[in-house]
Amino acid sequence: MIKVVGLRKAFGGQSVLNGIDLEVPDGSITIIIGRSGGGKSVFLKHLLGLVRPDSGRIEVDGVDLTRLRGRALDEVRKRYGVVFQGGALFDSMTCRENVAFPLREKFKLPTAKIRRRVDVSLERVGLAGIGDKYPEEVSGGMRKRVAIARALVTEPEIVFFDEPTTGLDPVLVNAIHRLILELHRRSKFTAVMVSHEIPEIFEIADRVGMLHQGRIVELGPPAAIQGSANPIVRQFIRGEPDPPA
Amino acid sequence: MTEPALAPALRPFEGLGRWAIGIVESLGRFGSFLGQAIAAIITPPFKFGALLGRIHYIGFRSLLIILLTGAFTGMVLGLQIFFTLSRFGSEAFLGPAVALTLIRELGPVLGALMVTGRAGSALTAELGIMRITEQIDALTVMALSPMRYLVAPSILAGVITFPLMTALFDVVGIYGGYVVGVKLLGLSEGTYFGEMQTFVDMADVMTGFWKSISFGILVTWVCTYKGFHVSRGAEGVAQATTQAVVLSSVLILVWDYFLGSVLP
Repeated sequence: MIKVVGLRKAFGGQSVLNGIDLEVPDGSITIIIGRSGGGKSVFLKHLLGLVRPDSGRIEVDGVDLTRLRGRALDEVRKRYGVVFQGGALFDSMTCRENVAFPLREKFKLPTAKIRRRVDVSLERVGLAGIGDKYPEEVSGGMRKRVAIARALVTEPEIVFFDEPTTGLDPVLVNAIHRLILELHRRSKFTAVMVSHEIPEIFEIADRVGMLHQGRIVELGPPAAIQGSANPIVRQFIRGEPDPPA
Repeated sequence: MTEPALAPALRPFEGLGRWAIGIVESLGRFGSFLGQAIAAIITPPFKFGALLGRIHYIGFRSLLIILLTGAFTGMVLGLQIFFTLSRFGSEAFLGPAVALTLIRELGPVLGALMVTGRAGSALTAELGIMRITEQIDALTVMALSPMRYLVAPSILAGVITFPLMTALFDVVGIYGGYVVGVKLLGLSEGTYFGEMQTFVDMADVMTGFWKSISFGILVTWVCTYKGFHVSRGAEGVAQATTQAVVLSSVLILVWDYFLGSVLP
């Protein structure tokens, strides 16, 4: 379980996270929604250990990530898979080499075993035939799927998705969401996703948290969020331009 | 009651202090970056594949520019030194003059400046793009050290390739001087190379060697640091690339003077 307690962060005197409290149960899909610039990606970077908070704790199965450095932090990260917003595929490698990279470098598996696992991963995301292409030679949707394959090839316990459908058309958004749901059912990983794909995310989330002005102002199952009486949540999910009175 | 009146007067000093602290912090980060890179170079696992790739990128792909600039630098030296020496009737010293100038100064310095322009700028831009497209973050969250995969091989490749490229620059430059001095201006071949053997010794070669190694570290250190810490998108990459080339070039010249006055 991931437990976030009182997480605060300010950049240059400007407060971005104002005391986030959140619990992510094992095996669940928790999606954080919120307006652009509201601190969602900064929050995710804290969970990944890429940014250190000013105060607060992030516990992963009881281990406080914010106190870890170097190898101890890497030990926690070995349980992670991450799908970055733009995919973050290594552009000097083919799609196949990208997917194989964490297996080759982290787990030192034999070449034949790596090849088999990469083939299975690419097949699961529906990209069996494009392994030898470079990321720049495939479409945006394909790049996202390669990124998902790379994040999941090591069979991580916790997978983070940073706006995995940004910039895709509605058909591809649904396709990526269905893919994530299918892979989650198969592997039962704990998923934390940052997104503002409303209402599509309600189809796949177990819990949805609304991040507003650096705090989680509402957290609950999709139905509860959709029916929330909180004016901030209602405004966001309805896409209303005026701020609540 | 006088304290509030003094505060505005002290503000410039406060600003100066903040600026000075900023400089010291930047230098600390810069030094710590090299320390981390050296730690990644000397501790396993070693990334030989990445090192070979960087040697190809920094060294092999800079060969043409090194050979061209080396040849023409030697030719210009041959021409200018010949006319200068001929005023004193000392043309016989053309060979050692060209060789010493190249081996001690121009080979390491011009070679390093050329590689900075070609490979250093590309190194900064490549790392900068990796930073803004989150490829460096991707390595980090895979529990793989970007220092080990990206920075350490580049710095080690600089240490290996800069002396080799300087040696090539020197040899080609000496032959450039030979073409002008001997083939075009009529100096005897024996005089050109004979006097060179008399006046150039191993200490001169070692001076150039140590300079080129230190330039190799300096250029790759500055260029990887600037690329690694890029922010603010494409504009940030452009700015970092310019800063890396300018800073590397200035540091090469400053360090060259320092080493020139310390080394024998």
